Amino acid sequence: MADILFAAWLIARKDLAIEFRTRSAFLSAVVFSLLGLVIFYYAWDPTAVSAPDLAPGVLWVIFTFSGLLGLHRSFGVEAEDHAIDGLLASPVSREAIFLGKALANLIFVGAVQAITIPALVVFYNLPLGGVAAPLIAIAILAAIGLVAVGTLFSAMAVNTRLAELLLPMLALPFFVPIVTAAGQATAKLLSGRPVIEASAWLKLLLAFDLVFVAACTLAYPFTVED
Amino acid sequence: MSSTLSAGGPARPIVVVAELARAFGARRAVAGVTFSLGAGECLALFGPNGAGKTTLLRVLAGLLRPTSGSARVCGIELPGGGLARSRVGLISHHTMLYEALSSRENVSFSARLYGIRDSRARVEDSLRRMSMLERADAPVRSLSRGMQQRVSIARAMVHSPQLVLADEPYSGLDESGARALTSLLQELRSAGTAIIIVTHNLAEGLSLATHAAVMQRGKFVRYDAADRVNVASYPATYRDAVAASG
Amino acid sequence: MRLAWLPTIAGAAVLGTVIRAAFFTPLEAKQGAAQKIFYVHVPAAWVAFLAFFLVAVASGVYLWLRDQRLDRFAESSAEVGVVFTTVVLITGPLWAKPIWGTYWAWWDVRLVSTLFLWFIYVSYIVLRGAIESPTLRARYSAVLGILGAFLIPFIHLSVYLFATMHPMPIVGKPSAPSLPNEMLVTLLISLASFTLLYFAFVRSRYNYAVERDAAAARTASDA
Repeated sequence: MADILFAAWLIARKDLAIEFRTRSAFLSAVVFSLLGLVIFYYAWDPTAVSAPDLAPGVLWVIFTFSGLLGLHRSFGVEAEDHAIDGLLASPVSREAIFLGKALANLIFVGAVQAITIPALVVFYNLPLGGVAAPLIAIAILAAIGLVAVGTLFSAMAVNTRLAELLLPMLALPFFVPIVTAAGQATAKLLSGRPVIEASAWLKLLLAFDLVFVAACTLAYPFTVED
Repeated sequence: MSSTLSAGGPARPIVVVAELARAFGARRAVAGVTFSLGAGECLALFGPNGAGKTTLLRVLAGLLRPTSGSARVCGIELPGGGLARSRVGLISHHTMLYEALSSRENVSFSARLYGIRDSRARVEDSLRRMSMLERADAPVRSLSRGMQQRVSIARAMVHSPQLVLADEPYSGLDESGARALTSLLQELRSAGTAIIIVTHNLAEGLSLATHAAVMQRGKFVRYDAADRVNVASYPATYRDAVAASG
Repeated sequence: MRLAWLPTIAGAAVLGTVIRAAFFTPLEAKQGAAQKIFYVHVPAAWVAFLAFFLVAVASGVYLWLRDQRLDRFAESSAEVGVVFTTVVLITGPLWAKPIWGTYWAWWDVRLVSTLFLWFIYVSYIVLRGAIESPTLRARYSAVLGILGAFLIPFIHLSVYLFATMHPMPIVGKPSAPSLPNEMLVTLLISLASFTLLYFAFVRSRYNYAVERDAAAARTASDA
């Protein structure tokens, strides 16, 4: 187990080093998210729907779409000159490869969130009050589920003829429970309801994470062992 | 032309393959191959495109499962997991490098994947062997194709594999790169590494080999000890072997 | 798969069911003629779930045994399942408009779950079409076939929670009608005949896949 985690960390660090050098995906994901906040604001009638009512939906829809930007890059990096073969031919286990890629994606998505959420609070004039901590918990739970499923489908989509077109089609149905749960829980928190009212949604997110982190980690070796 | 190390009796077997087959759906890319290769031996594998050479190497590298038959690497039955893969070094015409990272970072990443703790000296040594030490910190993207291929070879050697699988390793190399590769492979061979080299250049392959095989339609259609091969007439032998089975 | 009689029997059974449902089953008191669509809607939904359940089972066993026949079965069952899911998605709103006063109901757990079944298995079919290598295609689609089955309970639960937390004013949502015997019998017959129809479709689709793969193998060996 320690071996797997160490190898996963090596791979994640390598991915982050590449992303840090090029910064291409990170910048586009951040700009995409900020533009999304702006576009959504003007797409609604502010006299009919107040900004805080709009905010949860906007946040989590943008979250999934900007996540897709980063996820597509994840195995795109491995496809160039067949770097993935180098990983697969190494003694590192397939599970470690998956967890490493997923960990890098999680940090990527987390970093985009760390910029998008404060921007949302400012742009949409949200009463953050005492809800910052539970909101961060929702963000972490949502990101884990999104990254688990998205990393697996990114690995698959890159080997198909449709490549980047296929990823959203495969992944979005799986993001629906995440967006629903995170959006509804955020709405409860922002409207000043006690955290307990959001607990059913948090449990749903937690269950989703447990099931899909396990299922996707176990499924990944089947996608590479030809 | 070719030297034999097997004079003092059979070498310790590194690769033992029996009736190995690998199919993709209905297509049998490798259709029953049997051979064995000992420490310090080198098999030169020739054959037309689509003969199954790359598939055979990928099975031995642990990238593909055998469909039937058996293959053992260092005594481990394939698919043998990480332990079998750790004994193998893979060179291909794809460099398997990350172009945003430097040569040093690429080789060092690989060394760590193979569990080499204190990798700095090993990485430097590997890069020096392929004369890439001076440009070790430039991103791979900025290197010429030939230089990238040198780094790729350094990457495959950093963990001192007992079996080297080289799929068209000379592609993209300039003359001095090719010389460096040849002398590296010679040296590995005398140190007891087994090598399988796939190439279209018969002379190049035979100069390293202790055994030569011609593959066609997934099978070995000719298999010789290299010291019995007449290098001058081998191109004709090769053509005949391919034509007879094609 | 032989069973050459299966399509004929299934066709006759469905025809018989339609005739019985149309002419020999009484009108439901409150909903009138609109209720008759249930004799198509309910069995189509049952077949859709059965089809995707069997896709998941065949996918799981495929990853274990790597038998091409299981992959062909999963492929066939998924396509037939999408056809029946489409029937569910068309007949549901047709019934809902006169009864609920709206075509689409986001708070109806079953309808929305069915929509997601449709999304997942249409992308399953697209995924299959986007991969050249037969073994890669089989493994990828098996993974999606299994994960899809894991997803459905989460979709179900999400919609359920959503519906209970945001109760919608429903125009005259009828409580589950207690089915008189004649209607119940018709429903059971239609469930049986649709199940037969599912197997007949899967059989034909499977035979097609066998011939297609055989033709591909011939071209490969000629090349």
